[in-house]
Amino acid sequence: MPEGIYCNKQPITTDEALKALLSDTRGKKYYEEMESLEVDREKLWSSIQKTMKSRMKTWLSVCARCGLCADSCFLYLVNDRNPEQVPSYKIHSTLGEIIKRKGDVDNAFMRHAMEVAWSQCTCCNRCAMYCPHGIDIGIMMGYLRGLLYSQGFVPWELKIGAGMHRVYRAQMDVTTEDWTETCDWMAEEQQDDWPGLEIPIDKEDADIMYTCNAREPKHYPEDLAEAAILFHIAGENWTVPSEGWEQTSLAMFAGDWEACKLQVQNVYAAIERLRPKRVIGTECGHAHRATVVEGPYWAGRPDGQPPRPYIHYVQWVAEALRTGKLKIDPTKRIKVPVTYQDSCNYVRNWGLAETAREILSYIVEPGYLREMTPNKEHNYCCGGGGGFNGIGKFRPQRNKALLTKRDQILATGAKLVISPCHNCWDAIRDLEEEYRIGIDWSFLKPLLIKMVVVPEHLKPKDDDGDA
Amino acid sequence: MFAFLTGPMLWLSFAIFVIGCAWRVVKYVRGLDWQLDRVPYGYYRELAVKGALKSIFHWLTPYGSRSWRLKPLYTAAFFLLHVGLVIVPLFLFAHVMLVSERFGLSWPTLPAGLADALTVLAMAAGVFILLRRFALPEVRIITTAHDLWVMAISLAPLLTGFVAAHQSGDHSGWLLAHIVTGEIWLIAIPFTKLSHVVLFFCSRAQIGVDFGVKRGGQRGRGIVW
Ligand code: SF4
Ligand code: SF4
Ligand code: SF4
Repeated sequence: MPEGIYCNKQPITTDEALKALLSDTRGKKYYEEMESLEVDREKLWSSIQKTMKSRMKTWLSVCARCGLCADSCFLYLVNDRNPEQVPSYKIHSTLGEIIKRKGDVDNAFMRHAMEVAWSQCTCCNRCAMYCPHGIDIGIMMGYLRGLLYSQGFVPWELKIGAGMHRVYRAQMDVTTEDWTETCDWMAEEQQDDWPGLEIPIDKEDADIMYTCNAREPKHYPEDLAEAAILFHIAGENWTVPSEGWEQTSLAMFAGDWEACKLQVQNVYAAIERLRPKRVIGTECGHAHRATVVEGPYWAGRPDGQPPRPYIHYVQWVAEALRTGKLKIDPTKRIKVPVTYQDSCNYVRNWGLAETAREILSYIVEPGYLREMTPNKEHNYCCGGGGGFNGIGKFRPQRNKALLTKRDQILATGAKLVISPCHNCWDAIRDLEEEYRIGIDWSFLKPLLIKMVVVPEHLKPKDDDGDA
Repeated sequence: MFAFLTGPMLWLSFAIFVIGCAWRVVKYVRGLDWQLDRVPYGYYRELAVKGALKSIFHWLTPYGSRSWRLKPLYTAAFFLLHVGLVIVPLFLFAHVMLVSERFGLSWPTLPAGLADALTVLAMAAGVFILLRRFALPEVRIITTAHDLWVMAISLAPLLTGFVAAHQSGDHSGWLLAHIVTGEIWLIAIPFTKLSHVVLFFCSRAQIGVDFGVKRGGQRGRGIVW
């Protein structure tokens, strides 16, 4: 069988196709079909010839095979130093092999490569900082994922995820109506506690355009409400676009570069339409990487920048605290041992290590912060990055990967983990469920709302009418 | 024979080395693609240069990167080997004399004792790196025959040169072997992994620009990649 009904080389482009694939519970038939999916060897080789440029060729050919990258990879360490988890090995035994054989690889090889690409690397880029040649295995894994995706060898959930972006321009089936209704509903819900609070949609020339992660409107609409409350307290002139509000990219995890482009263009179109002074994204780490760090290249912007300055939520919070737009009530600061999870995507890939620490200096009572080792740019991935969290097939491997973060957290003795990145948050939630170490975990927004000083004029008027 | 090896063959070796290396660099630069690589090479000139130089500098400085500091022994071996292969031949009395006899150019030379010591240390470092390859499972698994050849090609001129220098009488077989292995080494550089002689600078500059401009370098802190 060259291509299956569920598992094939066609990207998902319609709602029906999405629903059909979703109906295949846990991708049972999908993976069955994958076992006889044919590799289009010619296409594989020709796309390598077109897209593999000197940087990656050089990385592959000059790798000194020194193994300095081994210890830098948390997956190598947590898997009992299994040599097959050495970053250099992972890429040379997959991408390197495909190239050596000029694309002449079989089905079993591709399925093995899929397993390596999605369950042995979270694209955290940590190894890049430890290699004498500056070889970034995470980037090459991303490239390998693209090749595998184009041949239909992609985990079921990510095929769906990329399809969601193609059909809905969101990682979940949230339509424009769903989204704007959620905004209205959340604004209404807050009216009693926050008179005058709004979630303005499509306001032109605002100071801030806010974008988020589709999971928020879909599953945690409170997150959107919390963003609104904090902007309200800070007195910001802000808006959300009715279209182009979704900032994440499961397509990036899937290696579906075309869908990545479609997704990010949608956000950039909103920026160009509404002309905000700048854009602020939510706390999600990979969303930031997709739309701000990588996105400009997908969209073909030669300066590597989105159409307007686009900052991560951590940057906005730090700035709001620094300038006094948000003031913290010192009596409400965190007074339990607390640690901070640095998200690879905006620490190693956007330089926000110190910015995050600045926030902590406002919200944590001195003496209660327990840093993880290593931390900041040298932190380890939470264990669920690069799509790992969402792939049922690789759940056992993912659970093993969580041990790194579990042990790091345990070593700090912290009771609370602050984790702005949604994906890290999920991983930490899962590790608590899996290993029960007795910790709490939180995004920034709910913590801030608990301790921020609310200006008198924003407080609800007393019901007795004497205020 | 001797005349050929020290005459036309030497010239040819140097020519292949220089042109080959230049070709590798040209090909590297021409094969960069800002969109596929997702790095804005042409923009932010100042940040880019800063990122590139910083990256190169910290990795050429012994213990200048976190990775070097975490692997003190390997780092020592790495630098000793490279000093022996790059610095010693350039400042070796015998080599400088040859150049000055032929071209009248000359520059300071290393004291013989120091040159000897560095050569021995470099060979020891090479052997250490080889043994490490087999001793550590994480390095063994990625080791290929190519890596062994490259090391053999690199150590051969050191060994033969050292013995030749300590033999009495000239035109000995060792001197001949030294010249031949040196020429093989030069010719191998552009065609093997030894091309890192130049590609190291390309790839380090590239990642320096990548991190320095795009991935966080604009937001201040002194991160070293
Ligand atoms: S550290 Fe770099 S050069 Fe050394 S084996 Fe790993 S990828 Fe190759
Ligand atoms: S990118 Fe991260 S997970 Fe992937 S090989 Fe490198 S260190 Fe390991
Ligand atoms: S989930 Fe968080 S820690 Fe893990 S790779 Fe993504 S950003 Fe990094």
